[in-house]
Amino acid sequence: MCDVCGCGDSRIVAVDVHERLLSTNDRTAAHNRAHFVEHGLVAINLMGSPGAGKTAVLEATARALGTTRRLAAITGDLETERDAIRLRAAGIPAAAITTGSACHLDAEMVHHALHDDVAHGADYLFIENVGNLVCPAIYDLGQAVNVVALSVTEGEDKPLKYPVMFRKADLVLLTKTDLLPALPEFDRAAVEDALARVMPVPRMIAISGRTGAGINQWVGWIEDLRERPPQARAAHPPDD
Amino acid sequence: MHEYSLVQAMMRRVEEEARARNATAVHRVHVRIGRFSGVEANLFATAYEVLRPGTLCANAELAIAPEAGEWHCGACGTLLPAGAELVCQECGWPASLMRGGDLVLERIELEVG
Repeated sequence: MCDVCGCGDSRIVAVDVHERLLSTNDRTAAHNRAHFVEHGLVAINLMGSPGAGKTAVLEATARALGTTRRLAAITGDLETERDAIRLRAAGIPAAAITTGSACHLDAEMVHHALHDDVAHGADYLFIENVGNLVCPAIYDLGQAVNVVALSVTEGEDKPLKYPVMFRKADLVLLTKTDLLPALPEFDRAAVEDALARVMPVPRMIAISGRTGAGINQWVGWIEDLRERPPQARAAHPPDD
Repeated sequence: MHEYSLVQAMMRRVEEEARARNATAVHRVHVRIGRFSGVEANLFATAYEVLRPGTLCANAELAIAPEAGEWHCGACGTLLPAGAELVCQECGWPASLMRGGDLVLERIELEVG
């Protein structure tokens, strides 16, 4: 009842919340992050369009690093375990998350997947996100760094069209460079210019999973992460 | 289409507040959507229309305040022009996103009987 005149109308009470709507996800991500740090695990959230070459990047990483480091992976797709099967064949223990219709992984899904113990004793955990340049960007999973795979056939202006994804990236992998002889119009400087407008600390490594070009530089980049304290690995804080 | 799961998260949070205060209904919900939050305001509003029937928010207006993005120099604080390279022309320092990166539940107006 209205407490001014007793008329029976309801009162409107304003409640100030000022809370990020992703705060529940962020809390779970912080839990995942603490778990990774405690176990000396460098977690890498690998994002990119469907077909950008994310799985091929991990297969090439296994060839280059699989004998000296223990790798593990969680893969996200709407349906099928195909990527996880490919990664297991490449020697990377992998758990698959099938999201049904969800367009991204969230911290809770990763947390559940960790219960499969796939990452036990690993040095690196690669989280191969759902192929999508939009939705995965806003979900912190607890990773040390975000890496975005961008293939040479996707167009130089993709970073300008999907700024949220690239703003969150600590590194961009320009993939499928073995195709460049068939793409004479490809303009690497245009990609670098686009990245400079959306990434505060633009970093790009050009690689080919097929030929192995650039893979040593990529492996050097992730090995360098191990040398840094956990809070100094990403270019920006996870809740940025 | 992560907007649907975000609206669900928002409605759970709103219902928590409503229950805690014995509200009979929700009158209005205010959210702020940043230009670089990765959330599309129109899709968020559509998801809200789809999801609100039968909930405490059934008759609640959704008030969306869009927020522009603002990049500032991480060292000297200079505002960078939109679309420019994200490095300060004065001191060469990388830019920081100071506004427009978040999706925030700002305020809930509850009807209390």
